[in-house]
Amino acid sequence: MKTKRAMILVSNDPESIRLGANEVVQHLNEALASYDLQDEVDVSTISDVGYSNILPLVIVYPDTVVYGPVKASDARYLVEEHLYKGRVVNDLLAPPKALTGPIGFLRGHKGYNPAEQRVVLERAGRIDPESIEEFISANGYEALGKALSELTPEGVIEIIEKSGLQGRGGAGFPTGRKWRFVRGAKGEKKYVVCNADESEPGTFKDRLVLEGDPHLIIEAMVIAGYAIGADEGYIYIRGEYGLAYQHLETAIAQAKEYGFLGDNIFGTDFCFNIHVHAGAGAYVCGEETALIESIEGKRGEPRSRPPYPTTNGLWDKPTLVNNVETLANIPPILRNGADWYKSLGTPSSPGTKVYTIMGNVNFRGVIEVPMGITLREVINIYAKGMKPGSILKLAQTGGSSGSIIPADLQDTPMDFESFRKAGVSLGSGALLICDQHTCIVDLVKVLLQFFRFESCGKCTPCRVGAQRIYEITKRLTQGQGEIADLDIALDLISEMERTSNCGLGQTAGTAFRGMMTHFREEVEAHILNRVCPTGVCSMDPETAQSDYIFITQEK
Amino acid sequence: MSALIESDVAALVQAAIEKHGRNPDAFIPILSEVNHVFGHVPGDAFREISRQLNIEGGRVNVVESQLYGLASFYDMISTKPRGRHVIKFCENAPCHVVGGKAVWDTLQETLNLKNGETTPDSKWTLVTTSCLGLCSVGPVLLVDDDMYGNVTPEQVTDILERYE
Repeated sequence: MKTKRAMILVSNDPESIRLGANEVVQHLNEALASYDLQDEVDVSTISDVGYSNILPLVIVYPDTVVYGPVKASDARYLVEEHLYKGRVVNDLLAPPKALTGPIGFLRGHKGYNPAEQRVVLERAGRIDPESIEEFISANGYEALGKALSELTPEGVIEIIEKSGLQGRGGAGFPTGRKWRFVRGAKGEKKYVVCNADESEPGTFKDRLVLEGDPHLIIEAMVIAGYAIGADEGYIYIRGEYGLAYQHLETAIAQAKEYGFLGDNIFGTDFCFNIHVHAGAGAYVCGEETALIESIEGKRGEPRSRPPYPTTNGLWDKPTLVNNVETLANIPPILRNGADWYKSLGTPSSPGTKVYTIMGNVNFRGVIEVPMGITLREVINIYAKGMKPGSILKLAQTGGSSGSIIPADLQDTPMDFESFRKAGVSLGSGALLICDQHTCIVDLVKVLLQFFRFESCGKCTPCRVGAQRIYEITKRLTQGQGEIADLDIALDLISEMERTSNCGLGQTAGTAFRGMMTHFREEVEAHILNRVCPTGVCSMDPETAQSDYIFITQEK
Repeated sequence: MSALIESDVAALVQAAIEKHGRNPDAFIPILSEVNHVFGHVPGDAFREISRQLNIEGGRVNVVESQLYGLASFYDMISTKPRGRHVIKFCENAPCHVVGGKAVWDTLQETLNLKNGETTPDSKWTLVTTSCLGLCSVGPVLLVDDDMYGNVTPEQVTDILERYE
């Protein structure tokens, strides 16, 4: 890497490009050339800055000064003042409070967002994701080198077990134990599969890792392959993530060239290859056995379990399936040790968690904080409070399959253990914050609409159950609900939880159940008074027909 | 289907097989590639894929119905022709609570389309989609491969006018 005295990062997410980010880059380069600064200052791009209202952004390093929104016509002035004369251009500065996401984090080192700790998103947004040199210079592939040269496969698993890392896909299964299962499974051929089918509504943390730090996942998968005795891996990435797919392909080619992937990695006997497999749009493929079916070129219908993928996975071979965020924790743990990892988070849930914050709050975006902070802290510190005039009514955690958390539970620490005790699930880390204008029935209807669309149709409880609960909920919004319907729906949900083949059907009714536990009065108002207290539902059987119309077979 | 397109299909399928291989894990990528070029997977393409995968005497044996089963399962692959531009609107909760419903209503009114329909002039197809992972800038819609975030009902006409 050449030594530069400064670097300029320009945001190039789709919204920034629409607002002229490419022109900004062009004008910056021209201005730098005219001041003869092109060899001293590097212009690069950053694909996700985690927030939206001051795009395009221009960030000048090493000072970490953030400008935004910047127009192409500002570029020359900015270069002249900041990079030539060394003065900050005050009137182009981004408003200090409007910063979340990776850039907000950088400011965090200057007293912003004090509790934020980045392990998974350590590099995302700070390095050029298409440059392996920048990854290496930020401790990249150090953990792999350590694993291959200093540790036995058994030793790697011991460290992961000792760290207490739990799967970040939603279920929270101890990662070390899963690795041990696959290592112990009979068979010569084994696979590592990275679950990057991030389709849970409201979750986009994996996209940030894949787009911003693709080498991290490759490094983690090679380590996993070494630990469990596999020589081949698949990254199953959802079809919608085009940029992440490109970055992964680039990263794989670079890693092969540098000898971190392919044959004789780091000059040892260990060989490992990775294929990137793009999905084609199916939420259910996030379920690990459906994902395996999909890689095998079949419809993504979950298998009956047992046997589990740890013994009979891809092509019927023992297979380790880990989520992107889980894998992203592996290299930092190996680099810094299990004790360091356990010092983060709570005793029962070590480490950090990446949350995506959405809804009626001032700032929406991604944060990574130690396990165990409360919802109140998330809303008031990271999300900068509710929107003006908004009062917290409820939060929905973990995407569509997650739980409804009423305002009075907002002080429960968010870790696997505490949430389990409170009867709610942490899920994928999506936090949808809803204010008093949100009608709980309308929200649950939207969630159920998702499930009846995404149900793969293999098992009856889910295929029919999701549809029936949706119909019951829809009748509530149309002023056609009956009290008896509620018990029918709850019975159906119990059956679905008990008999559905996979997590999709088992969790489809979670939100409905949460609604009945915490907001029964509001639901009953829809039935007994034929009134929607928030005024969101039409309560009219005719007009409600224009809702999202479901087409059974639109293809 | 005209003879020209037929030869296009054959060439495209051949290229896709060269790129993705002949194993079962290539089936979905091959279908995706055909879908990307034509906007949907025409009936002849199923026949062509199955023919090309079988004649070479590899270990793969795939019948048309199996491929059709895949195409009908996955949302991003269409088996019927779509408009020149496809608008995908995120209908999930994060976009819904920040005003997505109003944008969706405006889209339907402006185009006079319902979910899954195509305009008579074959310019637009309107569909809803599940989460696109752009929730921090919801409501979100996708026109072909262009993403639009923080969309308001007022912006809908402006966005549509960008497309020929």
